Amino acid sequence: MNTKTPHIIKRVVTASSFLILLLGFAIVLGISMGSTDSGIKDIFQNLLGTKEPDSMLYTIIWQIRFPRVLLAALVGAALSLGGLVFQALLRNPLAEPYILGISGGSAIGAIIGILAGLSRFPGVTLTAFTGSIATLLLILAMSSGQTILKKDALLLSGVMVNAFCAAVIMFLVSITQDSRLHNIIFWLMGDLSLGDMKHVGILAATLLPCFFLVFWLSNPMNLLLMGKEMAQTLGVNIKAVTFTLLVATSFMVSATVSYCGLVGFVGLVMPHMLRLVFGPDHRVLVPACIFGGGTYMIFCDLVARTFSKQGEMPVGVITAMIGAPLFIYLLKRSSR
Amino acid sequence: MNKAAITAKNLSHSFGENIVLKNVSFHVPRGDFFIIIGPNGSGKTTLMKIISGILKPQNGQLKILNRSIDQYHRKALARTIAFVPQMNFVDFPFTVTEIVLMGRSPYLGMLGLEEDNDLEIAHQAIAFTDLENLAHRKLDQLSGGEQQRVFIARAICQEPDIILLDEPTASLDLAYQVRIMDLMEQLKTEKGISVVMVSHDVNLAAMYADHLLLLHNGQVLCQGLPDEVITYQTLETAYGCTLLVDESPLGKSPRVTLVPRKYSIRE
Repeated sequence: MNTKTPHIIKRVVTASSFLILLLGFAIVLGISMGSTDSGIKDIFQNLLGTKEPDSMLYTIIWQIRFPRVLLAALVGAALSLGGLVFQALLRNPLAEPYILGISGGSAIGAIIGILAGLSRFPGVTLTAFTGSIATLLLILAMSSGQTILKKDALLLSGVMVNAFCAAVIMFLVSITQDSRLHNIIFWLMGDLSLGDMKHVGILAATLLPCFFLVFWLSNPMNLLLMGKEMAQTLGVNIKAVTFTLLVATSFMVSATVSYCGLVGFVGLVMPHMLRLVFGPDHRVLVPACIFGGGTYMIFCDLVARTFSKQGEMPVGVITAMIGAPLFIYLLKRSSR
Repeated sequence: MNKAAITAKNLSHSFGENIVLKNVSFHVPRGDFFIIIGPNGSGKTTLMKIISGILKPQNGQLKILNRSIDQYHRKALARTIAFVPQMNFVDFPFTVTEIVLMGRSPYLGMLGLEEDNDLEIAHQAIAFTDLENLAHRKLDQLSGGEQQRVFIARAICQEPDIILLDEPTASLDLAYQVRIMDLMEQLKTEKGISVVMVSHDVNLAAMYADHLLLLHNGQVLCQGLPDEVITYQTLETAYGCTLLVDESPLGKSPRVTLVPRKYSIRE
């Protein structure tokens, strides 16, 4: 062999460090930019503590922007990873929690939880989790008996599950005059404005174990792409791996939905772009999705916050505007 | 010591009411080239799945290297038997090297990361199957025959004692059929690996196999040396069509000729 294949550990480390740098840059940018026009210089002096702290700016940075940026990073990481896992399990590069209707299902659960007056954690997260598991079972039941669910059948069933979920959500909203649901429209397109450090901390504590779990199963995910039987003869416990991944992913998705509502297509865009750059190996892609997904979401949120002079828009607007065209492009290319 | 790669005693298997295998017993010596033939629906693929551990035997006993198959841990079995399935659709752009390296999975630790030693073994497998020039190509850019070689290389990379193949020559052109079969023979002679294969091609099977097993309706119709299994009587019983069996012009192995109806002598 004249060209040596780079060692897998080297590849994981290289990809991760590059994306961590990018994430760091995004965090700094996310903190420095916003509707308040304070100069970058002021902010850096504030961050570094070289200048007498401006209490107003200090509050904006540390109590509003910083938690929001961290929340965006966590949500982006979880959703990208969710897409990656579903793509591996269904052996379909177009699968994604939002497109499959799993996010919609957990949104129904979340709304029921909110209406029942449960606290966001663990109450609403758990009802959202129940909703996502219910839609997941529905999808799996529809796809059972086929080794690989045909692409179009899977996507069509996702569209229908989504339409049904949207109807149920609007139904629930219509029959209540609950003030807690007044900004539901915002929430339905993804709302990152809820973040304070306590919520961010809870979300991080729920998501981080899931991230590790998924990384631990990243080699079995590679083998699953070769087909279940192949994976089995390579020593993978198919049932245990599939079950663990499905539960962990549904849990991650429900946690993000119950905090931030429906943010679509992140799980499609990020794994696709990262696969183009780093190849399809999940041992590289799992950390890449965590750091890259976080970066992507911070940038999307930054655009959502600063683009309009009238005030901010839901971040889901931005992710859908990028994701939906890419989805159509991928669908067209794959059906060729 | 009994040098058996695989010993099966009275294996039976059914899917619901449908009995697919009935009291199948056979014995594969170590380092043997063993080919299972039989018509469609005779239970070949099911038998293959049982040997590879994909399906659990419902009845009967199956020993791999003189140890019952259910005494093997998942990964230990994967280090003993490698399986090359009939068709692999891979929708994700893995390179040849990445796929071959997957064969190291049963040897990896908790996090599933390969080390230098694993890379070295993968490169040897790639060299053995003559894939060096394609090592960095994506799988979907390769022809059917090249892809088949990649999956064989992956199986070699697993460093197994036994390699199972499900119709590796189906849908390949003539040159590739011989190439794959030669490769399997080379595996047997150079690496001492026992090769167990399901094949539709009775002539290829007759030329390469040390031993043959002929399945018919889920039962063993005949087993033994190619001369003993490939006879006019057994094949006509199994396949239910007219054919001629004579000696191959290369000598030593029987040759089967299909007889179209227009040439049929017997009515």
